Amino acid sequence: MRGGITYNLVVVRSSELSDTEVDAIFGALADATRRDIIVRVMRHEQSVSSLAAHYSMSFAAVQKHVAVLERASLIHKQRSGREQIVHAVPQSIAQARSLLDQWEELWRHRAAQMERILAEGELERSES
Amino acid sequence: MTVVSTDVDREALSLTMVCEFDAAPDRVWRLWSDPRQLERWWGPPGWPATVTAHEFTAGGRIDYHMTGPEGEISAAWMRVTALDAPHFIHLEEGFSHDDGRDNPSMPLSECAVRFEALDDASTRMTVVFRYSSLADLDLVVGMGMVEGLTAAAGQIEGVLATAA
Repeated sequence: MRGGITYNLVVVRSSELSDTEVDAIFGALADATRRDIIVRVMRHEQSVSSLAAHYSMSFAAVQKHVAVLERASLIHKQRSGREQIVHAVPQSIAQARSLLDQWEELWRHRAAQMERILAEGELERSES
Repeated sequence: MTVVSTDVDREALSLTMVCEFDAAPDRVWRLWSDPRQLERWWGPPGWPATVTAHEFTAGGRIDYHMTGPEGEISAAWMRVTALDAPHFIHLEEGFSHDDGRDNPSMPLSECAVRFEALDDASTRMTVVFRYSSLADLDLVVGMGMVEGLTAAAGQIEGVLATAA
């Protein structure tokens, strides 16, 4: 039963978001500034400081908005020298990332099965 | 201990698994090259695999399906992009529609498997799994979805403001 769920998740979840992920996304998008940030970084990646220049709030406040978007996997921050560059993360990538743990579990299972087959020896096997 | 390490790289969207087996590389290789052995370990628990085509050469194709606990069928394929027995196999993986045609809306992935002899009777196998078609998916699915959600959230806020 567990395994069936694992495989279903690997297959089905690649086209669906979990409730928690949807909540995080809607929470993140429930703010006009954060929506504006998303639209800007979807057009092109940019640093937190160049984003901050568009708003009348403090740099720290903009950084907080960016952090909320990052927790919802909508954007990704990457350090480039002294700057933090903000990229939009398409949802397919966010989903692929969350599926990696499922793939890890599947490959561990595969390795265990392989070991089991090898342990049987080649008594009744004649192929080469 | 079979599995020496697994490493999930969330930046590169890849998974690396290193494991060691008490068998020579030739023997471990046959777990892949013999379809009857492949189908005994490929499927997750409860989802045994049935290999229906197995062309184990560079450019060859492997078709298989897995049968779930309720009898549901999930069809998929692999393409051997490169191989050198018993040293390495590179595979591309994807899903199929029920009628056997490729299903391009499911993510493609690729697997590079390396076999190294540790001594006469043991092998280290390294599997590197990664997604291979995300760039296309992003453009089609990802951006559209975020834009849609962004627009929808903006409208909800507009409706709430009007109602207040």
